[in-house]
Amino acid sequence: MSARDNILSKIREARSSAPQNVPAAPIANYLALHQRGPSPPPPDDLVTGFKKRAIKLSSDVLETSVRMEVPALLAHYLEERKLPLRGVCWTSLVGLPWGAAGLEMLPNPATNQDMVGVTGAFCAIAETGTLMMLSGAETPASTSLLPETHVAVLDPLRIVATMEDAWDLLRLEYKQPPRAVNFISGPSRTADIEQTVTLGAHGPYRVLVILAPP
Amino acid sequence: MQNKAIDFKRQVNIKLADTKLQDALSRLQTRFVEGRSAVISEIHHLEDTRTAAAAIRDCVLNDLDSWLQKFEQQAIAHGAIVHWAETATDANRIVTEIAAQHNVLTAVKSKSMVSEECGLNDALEHAGIKVMETDLGEYILQLAHEAPSHIVAPVVHKNKEEISDLFAEKHQMSRKTGIAELCLEAREILRPAFLNADMGISGANFLIAETGSVLIVTNEGNGRLVTTLPRVHVAITGIEKVVPTLEDVTTLLRLLPRSATGQSITNYVSVLTGNKDAKAHDGPEHFHIILLDNGRSSLIGGEMQEMLRCIRCGACMNHCPVYQNIGGHAYGWVYPGPMGSILTPLLSGLKSSPDLPNASTFCGACAAVCPVKIPLPDLLRNLRTRQMALGLKSRQEVLMLKVWGWLTLHPRIYALATKIGVRILAMMGGERHLLHTLPGATGWTDGRDFPAPSGKTFREMYRKKSTK
Ligand code: SF4
Repeated sequence: MSARDNILSKIREARSSAPQNVPAAPIANYLALHQRGPSPPPPDDLVTGFKKRAIKLSSDVLETSVRMEVPALLAHYLEERKLPLRGVCWTSLVGLPWGAAGLEMLPNPATNQDMVGVTGAFCAIAETGTLMMLSGAETPASTSLLPETHVAVLDPLRIVATMEDAWDLLRLEYKQPPRAVNFISGPSRTADIEQTVTLGAHGPYRVLVILAPP
Repeated sequence: MQNKAIDFKRQVNIKLADTKLQDALSRLQTRFVEGRSAVISEIHHLEDTRTAAAAIRDCVLNDLDSWLQKFEQQAIAHGAIVHWAETATDANRIVTEIAAQHNVLTAVKSKSMVSEECGLNDALEHAGIKVMETDLGEYILQLAHEAPSHIVAPVVHKNKEEISDLFAEKHQMSRKTGIAELCLEAREILRPAFLNADMGISGANFLIAETGSVLIVTNEGNGRLVTTLPRVHVAITGIEKVVPTLEDVTTLLRLLPRSATGQSITNYVSVLTGNKDAKAHDGPEHFHIILLDNGRSSLIGGEMQEMLRCIRCGACMNHCPVYQNIGGHAYGWVYPGPMGSILTPLLSGLKSSPDLPNASTFCGACAAVCPVKIPLPDLLRNLRTRQMALGLKSRQEVLMLKVWGWLTLHPRIYALATKIGVRILAMMGGERHLLHTLPGATGWTDGRDFPAPSGKTFREMYRKKSTK
């Protein structure tokens, strides 16, 4: 017998001798329900709620009502911190007027040399101030991972209350989950040395969320 | 990893006298215990959430074979390759075979307690594959050739100065003293390793049956790098980690980071499903998942099954007065604290870890904080009963319990014996009413004095009071 069969039959045998271990419902029924556990009440305003939590987890948040102003906002942010004015962005963002703002953004997946990575986001979660990213050909995961600065351009209407809402949105818009769903809540960090939090471990040192309509 | 739990008592004495360790452990108290209490109350309906979390885990464990098959079916449908390992040796063999099949020379690893359980690094090195731990704590331990002492903060036993010395020696660079500088140095050394590795090895915090996904929580980002950059990804985890749906895993995620590090969410939560498609720029071409049994299936259907609910948050050890005083190494294997005192005997034998079920004051703090409501003290008590039944207790202990048992069944003799006993002890206590040593319990009196009884038994005093 294979290891698989051995393990499964061991469990099956042990289960049959334990009458309390009767499955509550067939698996297919259970899965179809997508039952939610207890979750917090949504904030009065999703955008305000998201901003508050995101800032608490050390993300920076900027806002504009004009999408074309995103490059200028970013240029100002980078200049203020004396950061490089060049980087890479997702292809969906290549049409923004980067050059006019003094930035150079190439529509490539990030390499180790790129210091700024600009992405969109599938949606965001107000409960925890979290970005939800889906990997894909046009949305490479490395752009939010390798550069020292990760910038996410987020449509404020794509902020949902909870992670459960985010899963529903994913099911609604995609038949299959992507290879990687990454939830990002602020810059990478470590507390391994003396339990002291240090920002910028192996991933970005800073995460900037720019709220802008599509 | 070799089980050295048999050496527990000797290790405890060494650890209690280690002042550096005692300093380090006090930090755990402030960061993790206070950190947890600050954010756990953010959860609305905390008790309901814990109950729901326990129910989710039970639902899977009560029907584990079916859920494992569902997970396997979904994982395969999305392009992953699923392997089953009965023992640690099997798991190591499978990883080595995968490495050979894909011509792997170097591997990067993110933190995985299951791989520690297997001693995977040694097995891979033996097969000629260079493995690099990339979680900062695990990387430090790999440099120092030490084992983790905590399941969440593996290097909690070391202070900054020791790490500075270690880096200066191993990296051959100028000695850094600031924590941020040390982190930066590790980042710069490890970045090329991520970029050049052929294989990434990770654990899994949860396996999601609905989608066949592996879920990993990390803060440093190394978990993302390990599972994004190398062309092969191997996730190795225990068979008990299955959770039915994305909704269920969300409930567990509200509890896990809050209980572990006092964070409302970890920096990164990655849900990984299948391998990369042809058009994508990043992601592994081959995604292998190894499901390890290593004794877990023997807990199914029995009175210890609840232990398999564990989501490895570490809260029970952070809150345990025994762990707080001796740290993790004394427990002798991968899993320390209350959960380890139960898991180690169950997974690797009660005989080789006779002291662990007794390494508890039964204060109940562990059960009070456990996010999945595992009745840890009850399980420990259960193990003690098993020890007695199997004749694994010391002769002295068995004899003492027998005598005491007989006495309680004979109340008159009991009264007489205690009457004489307390008078002798009172006399021995002298003017200061303290006993420096107790025959038969020197282990206890080595560290403290025993307050001598007043000279009257409780029953005598009670009778006097009620006749007044
Ligand atoms: S037993 Fe409970 S508290 Fe301890 S690590 Fe497991 S889940 Fe956390």
